[in-house]
Amino acid sequence: MSEMNVASVAAVDADSREFLVFSLGEEEYAIDILKVQEIRGYENVTRIANAPDFIKGVTNLRGVIVPIVDLRIKFHLDKVEYGGQTVVIVVNVGPRVVGIVVDGVSDVMTLTPEQIKPAPEFGVTLSSDYLSGLGSLEDRMLVLVDIDKLLTSEEMALVESVGE
Amino acid sequence: MDFSDFYETFFEEAEELLADMERHLLELDLEAPDPEQLNAIFRAAHSIKGGAGTFGFDVLQQTTHLFENLLDHTRRGELTLRRDIVDTFLETKDMLNDQLDAYRQGAEPDPEAFERICKVLQQIALDEMGQDLEGGAPAGGAAATSGSEPQAEPAAAPEPAPRAAAEGANLVVALLKVGDKDRELLIEELGHLGEIKGRDGDSERYEVSLATASDRDEIEAVMCFIVEPEQLEIREVGASDGQPEPAPAPQAETPQPEAPRVEAPQVESPPAAAVEAPAKAVAKAPGKSPAKAAAKGGESTSIRVPVNKVDQIINLVGELIITQSMLDQTVSELDNVSNSALVNGMSLLQRNARDLQEAVMSIRMVPMDYVFSRFPRLVRDLAKKLDKDVELVTEGESTELDKSLTERIIDPLTHLVRNSLDHGIESPEAREAAGKPPTGRLTLSAQHQGGNILIEVIDDGAGLNRDKLLAKARENGLSVSDAMSDDEVWQLIFAPGFSTAKEVSDVSGRGVGMDVVKRNIQEMGGHVEILSRPGQGTTTRIVLPLTLAILDGMSIKVGEEVFILPLSAVLESLQPRQEDLYAMAGDDVVLKVRDEYLPVVAVHQALDVGGACTEPTRCIAVIVQGEGRRYALLVDDLLGQQQVVVKNLETNYRKVPGVSAATILGDGSVALILDIAGLHRLNQGKQQAAHDQRRQAPTPYLPQPEKEVEPS
Repeated sequence: MSEMNVASVAAVDADSREFLVFSLGEEEYAIDILKVQEIRGYENVTRIANAPDFIKGVTNLRGVIVPIVDLRIKFHLDKVEYGGQTVVIVVNVGPRVVGIVVDGVSDVMTLTPEQIKPAPEFGVTLSSDYLSGLGSLEDRMLVLVDIDKLLTSEEMALVESVGE
Repeated sequence: MDFSDFYETFFEEAEELLADMERHLLELDLEAPDPEQLNAIFRAAHSIKGGAGTFGFDVLQQTTHLFENLLDHTRRGELTLRRDIVDTFLETKDMLNDQLDAYRQGAEPDPEAFERICKVLQQIALDEMGQDLEGGAPAGGAAATSGSEPQAEPAAAPEPAPRAAAEGANLVVALLKVGDKDRELLIEELGHLGEIKGRDGDSERYEVSLATASDRDEIEAVMCFIVEPEQLEIREVGASDGQPEPAPAPQAETPQPEAPRVEAPQVESPPAAAVEAPAKAVAKAPGKSPAKAAAKGGESTSIRVPVNKVDQIINLVGELIITQSMLDQTVSELDNVSNSALVNGMSLLQRNARDLQEAVMSIRMVPMDYVFSRFPRLVRDLAKKLDKDVELVTEGESTELDKSLTERIIDPLTHLVRNSLDHGIESPEAREAAGKPPTGRLTLSAQHQGGNILIEVIDDGAGLNRDKLLAKARENGLSVSDAMSDDEVWQLIFAPGFSTAKEVSDVSGRGVGMDVVKRNIQEMGGHVEILSRPGQGTTTRIVLPLTLAILDGMSIKVGEEVFILPLSAVLESLQPRQEDLYAMAGDDVVLKVRDEYLPVVAVHQALDVGGACTEPTRCIAVIVQGEGRRYALLVDDLLGQQQVVVKNLETNYRKVPGVSAATILGDGSVALILDIAGLHRLNQGKQQAAHDQRRQAPTPYLPQPEKEVEPS
């Protein structure tokens, strides 16, 4: 894998993009690395009453109150555990800062445009609207998530919708 | 050179200058105008003109130019001020504001308005002094659009300047590498500051000898609107009369011979003059007029900083305080004796951190004058419109308040002032008939009281009419009774759609105001009180917290979760007794406290807290006040009182029902600050839902909207 990684870094051209790869259960997802502010452990989350179950609450990130979303619950994964491996990826969505809970962070990958395939029309739990494609790397498949669209979507209930 | 970076600075400065101008215009005593004030008004117009010229805002420049000339005549006593002239000046000032706004938005100002104001100004000059503005310029709009540079010299030179010539020290102002156009402008500026005795030079170095009462600082301040400070050299010349040749004609000599000639009394060796003289000038200035520098303090002792930078510092200091209290907790567990140095250091750190926090918070504080200063104009205009005589008195202008609050208080306060003028203060005839002085009195006052600020709008008008209010309330279908206390009756005017004005005027009376006022003030965490006595007037009192950034909180525990209640809302706490609890219509429970029945809000129920005490008699009831009503909150435990730094939840998340904001506790965790009225609504919603659920058993209640929008 590391060889592959080196190879792809070597093949960097203007159009290739870097992605942070994280795992949810057995699946591998990736988001644009430029959206990532930092990675930290899962701790000290204050519950918000009457919020959807995948919104774990808010936490203190150096004086800023940041909501924490558990993508595993959102994506209906069977096993949701909080342990030493549980990681929060802090992402910047527009002016907002949001933390997403994942099972683990594995890699930073560079993908060339050829390696990014269009996302198929599917998705009951994860609409293809929120995907920017599928990354194919030999035997691995990465689900490329458009984190901006996903987190600002109405169903995430993270952002006040106009009607309210 | 690209000036666009400086636009914002110019706009802000010009706005302040205009505000100053308005204040002075309003304060002017028409019988005996204070020359200092006339000068101040003139200088404001003048500075704006300079800036407008630099940035190429032609219309603004031309308007101020005309205005300035009139003002100049005024301050020289050639134009006698009357009320209507001051009105016109105020109108001109408004026009300048409009023009400024237009430029700010990148648009050209309204040409018709410009032409009209030019005509009006010129008419005043014609009528009052029998002379045209600007000598040769024809009256009418054309005069102003023809550009001001050619007119500048005749305007400046022949003016008699007795004030300046009498005791002024003579100065030589040298302009280095200044273009022709700017030079004309600068010379004109100088003409306004004093009398030009002579001028000569080329584009490299152009010297103007000036007889003036202004000092260097003043001249420099004016000139720096147009040129860089290093393009300017100002020298003082011996005050002997013969020194600067008054006749401009024979100055055919080159600038080099002239320079040493003027400096001769001061400096021995001519070559050093150019270098040494300005240095001396700079060194001398501060020592010479310390009082003057202090008086002008605003400019030299303050800096303009964007609010978000200040907020960032406040944030960081808040973090520091939290870190410090975390350390404090750890240190308190250590052995005091063996770690005495650490313990001492910690207490020092604590004190310093608190001082730092206080100092930083004070940066955000601005005096109430910032708010009050807009009212003289409003009162004057309204009084005129309503044919009333009103004197405005302001008290406690130096009382400080958080900047964000001052901005939000302006609208409600404006509304209250309008109301007082329209409904409160009677017409002069009615006042005299009631045995009161014909001039009404409106007082705006501000004072600190504990952690709050009291802002009062006091009028000596007719007061509220109890019977009329009650009648009106009945008409509007509100439930009222004659037995209501005065306070309750006065509160009626805050009901939506309530107005007692006989007819709707454009000043007030549509009844959409007072409820908005009340809501705005409640949103700021304050409340409104009304005191009124028939025939003697009405006092509206706004009570506001000093800042929104820090809150005195009471921490409470429900289950394992900690919440904060605003201390200002907490009235008392008690252990409910079974015999004081009454069930109403099924789910509602009220608690009898003394002779009042308060709705009970179980916090664990409203916020779905697990593991909390559910039996009311084993809980603690905290009696709180929110949006003018009282509630009994059931909580598990009271943890204590503390000051908390308020953090917005909406920055990164969204509004949460029942929660007004969040804060960070000493251990670094987040605690939610409860919104009392919101909590009650939430509780009602839950009970309603539970009720519905019981009635239609098959449909389970799922408060999760995301189920509905799930794409299929």
